[in-house]
Amino acid sequence: MTLHSTPKPQTAPGPLLQVRGLEKRYGSRIGCTDVSFDLFPGEVMGIVGESGSGKSTLLNCLAGHLTPDCGQVIFDTRTAGPCDTVTMGEPERRMLSRTDWAFVHQNPRDGLRMGVSAGGNVGERLMAVGARHYGNIRDHALDWLSRVEIAAERIDDRPSAFSGGMQQRLQIARNLVTGPRLVFMDEPTGGLDVSVQARLLDLLRGLVRRMGLSAVIVTHDLAVVRLLADRLMVMKDGRVVEAGLTDQVLDDPQHGYTQLLVSSVLQV
Amino acid sequence: MSAQTHPASGQIAQGQIAPIHTDQAYNFAYLDEETKRMIRRALLKGLAVPGYQVPFASREMPMPYGWGTGGVQVTAACLTPDDVLKVIDQGADDTTNAVSIRKFFQRTAGVATTEQTTVATVIQTRHRIPETDLSEGQILVYQVPIPEPLRFLEPRETETRKMHSLEEYGLMHVRLYEDIARHGQIATSYAYPVKVEGRYVMDPSPIPKFDNPKLSQNAAIQLFGAGREQRIYALPPYTDVVSLDFEDHPFQASKADHACDLCGSNTAYLDEVIIDDAGGRMFVCSDTDYCSTRRAQGHVGRLGTAQEHVA
Amino acid sequence: MITVSDLSKHFTLHNQGGTVIPVMQDAHLHVAPGECVALIGASGAGKSTLMRMIYGNYLADHGAIVVGGVDVARAAPRDILRLRRETLGYVSQFLRVVPRVATRDVVAEPLLALGVEDAVARARAEDLLARLRIPERLWGLSPTTFSGGEQQRVNIARGFAHTYPALLLDEPTASLDAANRATVLGLIEEAKASGAAILGIFHDEAARHQVCDREVDVTAFTPVAA
Repeated sequence: MTLHSTPKPQTAPGPLLQVRGLEKRYGSRIGCTDVSFDLFPGEVMGIVGESGSGKSTLLNCLAGHLTPDCGQVIFDTRTAGPCDTVTMGEPERRMLSRTDWAFVHQNPRDGLRMGVSAGGNVGERLMAVGARHYGNIRDHALDWLSRVEIAAERIDDRPSAFSGGMQQRLQIARNLVTGPRLVFMDEPTGGLDVSVQARLLDLLRGLVRRMGLSAVIVTHDLAVVRLLADRLMVMKDGRVVEAGLTDQVLDDPQHGYTQLLVSSVLQV
Repeated sequence: MSAQTHPASGQIAQGQIAPIHTDQAYNFAYLDEETKRMIRRALLKGLAVPGYQVPFASREMPMPYGWGTGGVQVTAACLTPDDVLKVIDQGADDTTNAVSIRKFFQRTAGVATTEQTTVATVIQTRHRIPETDLSEGQILVYQVPIPEPLRFLEPRETETRKMHSLEEYGLMHVRLYEDIARHGQIATSYAYPVKVEGRYVMDPSPIPKFDNPKLSQNAAIQLFGAGREQRIYALPPYTDVVSLDFEDHPFQASKADHACDLCGSNTAYLDEVIIDDAGGRMFVCSDTDYCSTRRAQGHVGRLGTAQEHVA
Repeated sequence: MITVSDLSKHFTLHNQGGTVIPVMQDAHLHVAPGECVALIGASGAGKSTLMRMIYGNYLADHGAIVVGGVDVARAAPRDILRLRRETLGYVSQFLRVVPRVATRDVVAEPLLALGVEDAVARARAEDLLARLRIPERLWGLSPTTFSGGEQQRVNIARGFAHTYPALLLDEPTASLDAANRATVLGLIEEAKASGAAILGIFHDEAARHQVCDREVDVTAFTPVAA
């Protein structure tokens, strides 16, 4: 668990995540279908679409919260190389989601233990992988609280006493403390005040860059995706209608739906 | 002490109360034979996987939940007519609870009963382990309110079952972490979580943490029954039981820094008793049998009086 | 360093009856290291379009855009991302930033993305900001509230923070006064001298004649009406 100043990652020999033909149906209704892409270390992939586009279904299938009907999600594990997480045993997948993966929920209450102090929340993943020295665990927790700009003296407060923005930042600290390589985010700035969003976006960008994280971010907000994501996939009715560099998809949209989305965004 | 009778020979042995005939209306030990078989199967499973919570079909007992129905069902399943039963509540044989349960088994099973730990074959206990070391062939039955050690942090049963099966116990240390963060030390003083044979984390029932070391490598069979929650778990003899802690906050089996005021013991767990309105208090052994045995041997504490030595 | 050949592009507006707008046909140009080439042509002729295509911001129908050995028209997204990080810089007409981030950090970002140490990156940023006459008291503020000219200078500072071997400049001297214009031209000269290949759009003729070695008229690439 190296947490301090991670050097900039070298170009990895292969993709961190390979998705092939992912599909999830609800009876005859399509949740998402025919999704394939590669994600390399240090890349941030945005997935945009409106309600019902299938983006949340896709994210949940990738993160192992839902079982897809077909397709593969191949992750380059530290110990065993590329493994298909769909067919992986549950113990391994749960271990993966506690160490190498992170999931930031839209509502921080879904991603935190509200009855446990901030320090306990951040330390939980460390204790789950065997940390048994109270002093060390507390030091790590303090370090992470400062990285997400939460005052050190709040370490023993419960998240129920935090503002929404602080809860979200605490959720991020809780997830990143074990140095995961892949972060899934579901509308990370949704529900936050606009002014709070800005700081959170910058924090996320900084962490992604400094820790060499890869991320998959689902959002309906095109402005967030432009600032946070390197690459973009646009979804409609469960299908990916367009994909490419974020600025290219937003500035030179090829598909009619993307053109509609982009032209509908209100300017301030 | 009252006279005791060995049921077969008619001799009254020391510390035993003569058995009376069972009530005609009840099966031996109240429960029907099929139910006792079901409970024994659960007990065997629990002994085979030490610390694992085995679900069982808890029956309606003639006492409400919270009064030891789990322990009573386990005891009922274990009793044979030759057994000698001891029942204690917080270490004492003479509190209401202990007396009621003892009378219950006298009436429905007709077994001999005793207050002496060394003589008993089955001991049902609420929230304490006897001070006297137990021996092979004895069974200790604990009454358990909440069998799930993770319950207070993780309310979902589906999730706690997964955590046990996948050995995901990080949350248990979070609980201890919270203690240290709030109180400067691990403040949990009873129902202190333990790890059994390096695999399952178990709640040893609300015994004081002072008793935790006695769980490990005990010569007796230890059985745990939770009636309302419908779980049974067990520790076979000579099982490794380790109390959870942190490297820099190791487990300490602590007790009040006093000697018993009646028998003078420095090593027994003590009850604190307020004796007047001026804040006066005395400390006495919580284990009444242990204390009276010591006094009979001639030990005298600060407030005790010398006992006539019984031959 | 930058080679464009047989480049064509059109736009299809699906939501406006599928209207097709051809914007470029058989474009070609070459910029060598140490050269500064100007794109000229009437407004709307396609200068910015061509520049965006070279950056990978716009897709091409066919043709090749080779920058530092990478064909931008065909490359995988991550290769273009690496190219933009290390080799190809772009100073657009607009400053787009995350709100509430300090100017100093905005300018330092290209260096931080390359793994340069925080202190070194910020020092370089402050160097450039001072040179472009952005007052020190503004360095800690977000540039979103600055004047047009100030934003333009922050944009330029960010574009020159890292010594890119290839640089695209879209109207770098617009909305600048004489002193700052001179500073920017100075920056361009320095980049040229260190071997950068520069492609620029300058409406200001004087600036163009000062720093550019050649001119390419994009009207030559206007699609011929069918």
